[in-house]
Amino acid sequence: MSEMRALYQEVILDHNKKPRNWGAIDGANRHAEGHNPLCGDHVKLTMNVAEGKIESIAFEGVGCAICKASASMMTGAVKGKPVEEADLLVEEFRGMATGSLDPEQSHLGRLKVFAGVRDLPSRVKCAILPWHTLHAALHSEESVSTEGASDPVPGE
Amino acid sequence: MRREDFPILDLMVHGKQLVYLDNAASSQMPQQVIDRLVHYQNFEHANIHRGVHYLSDMATTAYEGAREKVRKFLNAKESREIVFTKGTTEAINLVMHGYGRKFLKEGDEIILSGLEHHANIVPWQMLAQEKGIRIRVIPMNDDGELLQEEFAKLFNANTKLLALTHVSNALGTVNPVKEMIAHAHRMNVPVLIDGAQAAPHHRVDVQDLDCDFYAFSGHKMCGPTGIGILYGKAEFLEKMQPYQGGGDMILSVSFEKTEYNVIPYKFEAGTPPIAAAIGLGAAIDYLSEIGLDVIEAKEKELLDYATEKVKKLPYVRIIGTAKKKAAVLSFEIEGVHPHDVGTILDTEGVAIRTGHHCAQPVMQRFCVPATARASFAFYNTLEEVDKLVAAIEKVQEVFG
Ligand SMILES: Cc1ncc(COP(=O)(O)O)c(C=O)c1O
Repeated sequence: MSEMRALYQEVILDHNKKPRNWGAIDGANRHAEGHNPLCGDHVKLTMNVAEGKIESIAFEGVGCAICKASASMMTGAVKGKPVEEADLLVEEFRGMATGSLDPEQSHLGRLKVFAGVRDLPSRVKCAILPWHTLHAALHSEESVSTEGASDPVPGE
Repeated sequence: MRREDFPILDLMVHGKQLVYLDNAASSQMPQQVIDRLVHYQNFEHANIHRGVHYLSDMATTAYEGAREKVRKFLNAKESREIVFTKGTTEAINLVMHGYGRKFLKEGDEIILSGLEHHANIVPWQMLAQEKGIRIRVIPMNDDGELLQEEFAKLFNANTKLLALTHVSNALGTVNPVKEMIAHAHRMNVPVLIDGAQAAPHHRVDVQDLDCDFYAFSGHKMCGPTGIGILYGKAEFLEKMQPYQGGGDMILSVSFEKTEYNVIPYKFEAGTPPIAAAIGLGAAIDYLSEIGLDVIEAKEKELLDYATEKVKKLPYVRIIGTAKKKAAVLSFEIEGVHPHDVGTILDTEGVAIRTGHHCAQPVMQRFCVPATARASFAFYNTLEEVDKLVAAIEKVQEVFG
């Protein structure tokens, strides 16, 4: 039970039930879609980036609680931040979820509630998918799908 | 029933007694089969069909003995109708290549059902793309039963093959394959049956079914991974082209011309998984000793008990409610993604499968991205079903 509670903490359950920044932004200048073909998780991210800053961000899609809460808390964490800061969080979040980074040595703050996924290899992808999608949206001109080759699987 | 034969069932996971309910994905192996594998490696191993020495004879005899056990298990007419493959998937691909590529042409049609596993969809799609063949799909009702009237309407002069699952891995539906085969044959259409979920759970008689091909996997019936069976009527296998080229599948080779071996060897290029084939033979012995009828009755008891208990939980929807079902319980918990269900059940020691079960068309039919699926084997117990239900209640507690 303790192990389960470690992952399904109140804050994650709450973001799952009431996702923040839910929806799509009309006329967004950045967007990307992330798929996890294995389990059907699907995240659609839209945002406006101006002068190197994420001015607005929204997401929608279907997914498990881990994926949805991760996306919800991610949007909250990067909204209003410079792109470089978002990039750093992407890198740190992926490091934490895959066990290569000690969350205490990071800037992840509240996002540390996801540290528990590193002990559940089958769920790491669920937590990382929104971040992977954010990375794609920030660094490409057009919409991309993260399905297939760039899917964050083995080794990560 | 004979639970003590399965050492892995004593395992503790996350500090809890393992409750293994993922048998449709892969079943567990009894000590008798494990012992047979060890005995083979310790006393009988050599390459087959090649040496004149003692060990090669031992290995060949054991390997061919396993083929005969499979023949008997399926009640096939002759053991040369039994081809060893690495599993159901390879068996179906073998038919696609050996029969489909040779005999089907542009404009032909293949009938599949909406219940198929990707293994019985994708090979046919590959062939369809290559040749310009049309795939037609038998629809199902809300219980997950194939619509027989619609099925009959799909046939026409261009229909060249029916490829159909015996039992749905995602929903448990048992299809009336005997009647469907008879109908296809009246239309002069040959039939391949995907028996991956059927062979482990009830008696299969390929002569009585009169199917032209029957495919299944060893690892779903207490045998090893890496071994499966393609049964094919001799008249079909004989006219098919080989699947892979290499050693063992030839009679003579020169750079001008190669003469292929007779069936089934024509389809068994290279050194096969000898130990796995012998292990499958041992698994068949094990299941036959218990009796497929006894196994079927026990699994029905488990399914009925689980269905009744789960039905009482108002927040659970059972997906797949066919009148004739194998011991598969696919379900959805209101407002909770199946992966979260799976993770929470796992922390209670309960192993189930979550996801699309390699049957995405079935998921689409029921408008769900995935389901949670408990699948039972004869070695499961009613107490384990109780633990499943208790774990489901825990999910509701966390998410409710
Ligand atoms: C109905 C059905 N067909 C085919 C397969 C594929 O079997 P294998 O992976 O052993 O080749 C499976 C197993 O998942 C199955 O359930």
